[in-house]
Amino acid sequence: MPKKSYIEAIRDGIREEMERDPRVMILGEDVGAKGGVFGVTEGLQKQFGEWRVLDSPLAESLIVGVAIGAAMNGLRPIAEIQFQDFIMPAVDQIISEAAKISYRSNGDWNVPMVLRSPFGGGVHGALYHSQSIEAIFAHIPGLRVVVPSNPYDAKGMIISALRDPDPVLYFEHKRAYRAIKGEVPDGEYTVPLDRARVVREGTDIALFSYGMMVHTSLEAVDRLAADGFSCEVVDLRSLRPFDRAAIVESASKCGKVLIVQEANLAVSVASEVAAIIAEDCFESLDAPVMRLGGPEIPAMPFSPPLEQFYLVTPNKVEAKLRELAAY
Amino acid sequence: MAMTRTETKARAGLDAETLRLMYRHMLRSRLLDERLWVLNRQGRAPFWISAEGHEAVQVAFGMNLRPGYDWIAPYYRDLALTLVLGMSPRDHILSVLQRAADPNSGGRQMPAHYGCRRLNIITTGSPVGTQLLHAAGIALASRMRGEDAVTLTSIGEGGTSEGDFHEALNFAAIHKLAVIFLVENNGFAISVPWQKQMATQDVADRAKGYGIPGVIVDGCDAIACYRAAREAVKRARRGDGPTLIEAKVLRLTSHSSDDDQRRYRNAEELEAERERDSLQRFKATLEELGVMQAGEADEMRAELVLELDRATDEAEASPLPSPDTAMLHVYTEPGG
Repeated sequence: MPKKSYIEAIRDGIREEMERDPRVMILGEDVGAKGGVFGVTEGLQKQFGEWRVLDSPLAESLIVGVAIGAAMNGLRPIAEIQFQDFIMPAVDQIISEAAKISYRSNGDWNVPMVLRSPFGGGVHGALYHSQSIEAIFAHIPGLRVVVPSNPYDAKGMIISALRDPDPVLYFEHKRAYRAIKGEVPDGEYTVPLDRARVVREGTDIALFSYGMMVHTSLEAVDRLAADGFSCEVVDLRSLRPFDRAAIVESASKCGKVLIVQEANLAVSVASEVAAIIAEDCFESLDAPVMRLGGPEIPAMPFSPPLEQFYLVTPNKVEAKLRELAAY
Repeated sequence: MAMTRTETKARAGLDAETLRLMYRHMLRSRLLDERLWVLNRQGRAPFWISAEGHEAVQVAFGMNLRPGYDWIAPYYRDLALTLVLGMSPRDHILSVLQRAADPNSGGRQMPAHYGCRRLNIITTGSPVGTQLLHAAGIALASRMRGEDAVTLTSIGEGGTSEGDFHEALNFAAIHKLAVIFLVENNGFAISVPWQKQMATQDVADRAKGYGIPGVIVDGCDAIACYRAAREAVKRARRGDGPTLIEAKVLRLTSHSSDDDQRRYRNAEELEAERERDSLQRFKATLEELGVMQAGEADEMRAELVLELDRATDEAEASPLPSPDTAMLHVYTEPGG
């Protein structure tokens, strides 16, 4: 099977689906001739023309609002927001409109739109090119929120997202684009949008994570394995809906739980996973549920020592795992 | 403003049947509107937000569009527009009474949050201005498929202060999309007068900044409205791009049933607006022209009131939604 980078896998999924389905189009800043600031849509305008890969004006509410309208009139638009940090002007369109259109119309209308956006730090992007604000959207019924962590899932999930009848927010960790490579089948396959995946089986500690932090966590888990600790690593993949059954199964099996994310912890994905475990796994727990994430500061600072302070690293995960193992 | 019969025909090229139908649509909306106020004041309906004073321009556009083929992204004052396109008084009474059979939302949304899939009237929420971008997206999809469908979207003058107004006009203009932006300027955004909303006299002036035509029409002059609507629809259908139409209309009622405009508008002003009501004016014109005979309007009214009585009874007999249905349609249900 061919090895591909995360960014190539996303692009392959989009390209193949655009070849199969003439309703699929892309709208966003710099998506055309430049192929996006990270290169996700590289070559697509040349292949599919200016209408189907449409450079938008610099206006995020426009990108999402126009995509919603196009979706209601039969297209399958991909709205690209250049950085998750700049999604804020579009939040009214996402939360007040896209998320509520099916419900408020009693099922009369639906919005088959995919919103793609890179997130995450560790790229010297400072406050406004590093954020992880997926929890804001994971809070909202009516949206689907997915974060693929590897090339296989990235391709399979973008295809699933484009076939889903409802708005899907598809967040891509920008550090994964070129750092993460993996086997990606040629041709058509799908990965479900609402299932977590056990990426490493284990028995002592269940570690839940998503996106780039899955890889950071695996590095730490490997170090503990050398000392005889067996960790189960679960890639959440979907942040709305959460795969509750998978979370409960791994947490109950191991009895000790660590949740790892890049975002700050208060009112976050980790909060919800911990709550699910508290509700459903109380009698199986051997230790308090532990969480590891960013600090409670507004966003990631620029200067390397400050950025490093913010980031969750394999060392930090390892320390937390050892603390939990010793409990 | 009275004009001779010849003048009217020359101006509008409208036959008697069209003029009569236009009046009937306006009257039908007004009578329904008044009925909904009554239901509210009787305590049978929790909320109403009126279209009184806006009817002429809405009817003009409704009559020039192709229902179910063209697209509408309306706002909350578009009662008359939805009626012309094919929604019924019963549909809206069901909504005001929050019944399960309300076709707008199944009793989920406040009244005047219009939507009807069958007629390509998209569902609308409460945030102001978001629908303008949906209209641009709808028109983009029509354009990409090579269809000549026209998309009409509307908003009050207060809504033109929202960023989405600018973004939508700009995008539609760049791609010459078949969108008509109708601004129903009644001078007030709840209590805030237009002078605190903008520094220019006319919203239509802003069209120049987008490179599209801006047209001002007297929203109390039904015939002028019809002519402006016909022209804008033709232009959009031809593929010549968007038009910004500003209709200077009246807000004959308070913002909503929860507002009392006597707190911020003086009695003389309100009285003067009553005098300019397009419905009275149009009736007088049509009678003067001999398009309607004396007494014909009264017959029309009696027939429409009968329709309303029936619709009210039917809606009141219709069941409320079951709480068992509250979890449905968060996402598209399997099979549809």
